[in-house]
Amino acid sequence: MSWWHRLASPTRFMSYSAWVLPIAGWLAAGCIGVGLALGLFASPADYQQGETVRIMYVHVPAAWMALFCYSAMAASSAGYLIWKQPLAELATRATAPVGACFTAIALVSGSLWGQPMWGTWWVWDARLTSALVLFFLYLGYMALAEAFDDPTRGGKAASILALVGFVNVPIVKFSVDWWNTLHQPASVVKLDGPAIDPAMLVPLLLMAAGFTFYAVAVVILRLRAMVLERKIQALQRQLAEAR
Amino acid sequence: MTGAFLAIVGRDLRLAFRRGGDTGSVVAFFVITVTLFPFGVGPEPNLIARIAPGVLWVAALLAATLSLDRLFRADHEDGSLDLLALSPLPLEVLVLAKTLAHWLATGVPLLVATPLLALLLNLPLQGWGVLLAALALGTPSLSLLGAIGAALTLGVRRGGVLVALLVLPLAVPVLIFGVAAVDAALMGLPATTPLMALGGLLLAALVLAPWAAAAGVRLSLES
Repeated sequence: MSWWHRLASPTRFMSYSAWVLPIAGWLAAGCIGVGLALGLFASPADYQQGETVRIMYVHVPAAWMALFCYSAMAASSAGYLIWKQPLAELATRATAPVGACFTAIALVSGSLWGQPMWGTWWVWDARLTSALVLFFLYLGYMALAEAFDDPTRGGKAASILALVGFVNVPIVKFSVDWWNTLHQPASVVKLDGPAIDPAMLVPLLLMAAGFTFYAVAVVILRLRAMVLERKIQALQRQLAEAR
Repeated sequence: MTGAFLAIVGRDLRLAFRRGGDTGSVVAFFVITVTLFPFGVGPEPNLIARIAPGVLWVAALLAATLSLDRLFRADHEDGSLDLLALSPLPLEVLVLAKTLAHWLATGVPLLVATPLLALLLNLPLQGWGVLLAALALGTPSLSLLGAIGAALTLGVRRGGVLVALLVLPLAVPVLIFGVAAVDAALMGLPATTPLMALGGLLLAALVLAPWAAAAGVRLSLES
């Protein structure tokens, strides 16, 4: 058995996740706490945008996490469909609402940021529209996963959908870019180094790390609950058969 | 393989046309949806002509989505899908044949109804050719994307609404390039780029969608 086969066995998962969960939780609390303190009080206001730039410390990491969670879902769906790892399917299911929440946070905080900057709550701009489509894809995944009476079938069908969506997301992204754009281009991940002051970059990256640890902690928590739920269901079935 | 492929296309087309209701109701839905827009936005001719490409595309997209429920469901419920899957024909090819039949039975009638609606919406004549070309390239992509949704929701009670939720976000690129082509033609610009993009989307969907849809059908046959 390779290392990830062992990592993915539910019993093993329950033992190591009990260790990882508090670590990820405390790291999330620490990073978000320090990041928020630096971002809200220690970092300078933007020379153009003033104090509203501080919305960035929530908005940008949330948008990154929205994409990161969807990629993670696609990866674990592939893991499930190719190697038939039952835990991978549960992981996809556990990640979906977390990713949907981050997408919603990115959309709402972006809207709150857009009002003072662009003078409107919503514009049909490329970034906003593709984030909205991503949100719909999350909703579609969750609706399909819950639509079947048999959870295994729901998991399989939804895993296929997650992969189809993953292929389509870049296409949606580029077609929408081509359609209309007002949003500023990427300024952190660039070939010639970030175009952002370290005083802003440090809290931004801390918040991103904190959001990632938070997502890991919540997914593990949900996953543990799901594994236990399946175990209870199995025990109930045994009990019913024994009677 | 060609013979079996054509046999399935022929069977599905005969079923669709002899039952009659499918094609008729899809076209009727398309026409009625489009005629609702002048009531919604007011009868001002310039405004209606301005929004005509978008209205026609959105109505075509909705009409195509509405008909997806019939793509696999009837065959799934009466067990023909199990028998078809037993044939030596690969399931991907079977899905492609059924999707082609679906497009011929619902997509092509939409194309036929489009000039009449373009007339009603005062769409300038120079946009007609491109509109039809764009719909001819775009509606097969919609059928292929829809086949994925239809296959994945097999066995779901009240799957119709769910299919729309799954398929409509994926159809955004087709809509964008479809409307862009007509808008370019109306402004007197060459519509080649968006039409080529639509063709590219169709080719990509043609290669990838049968796989995903066949995986969905296989899943429904397991249980």
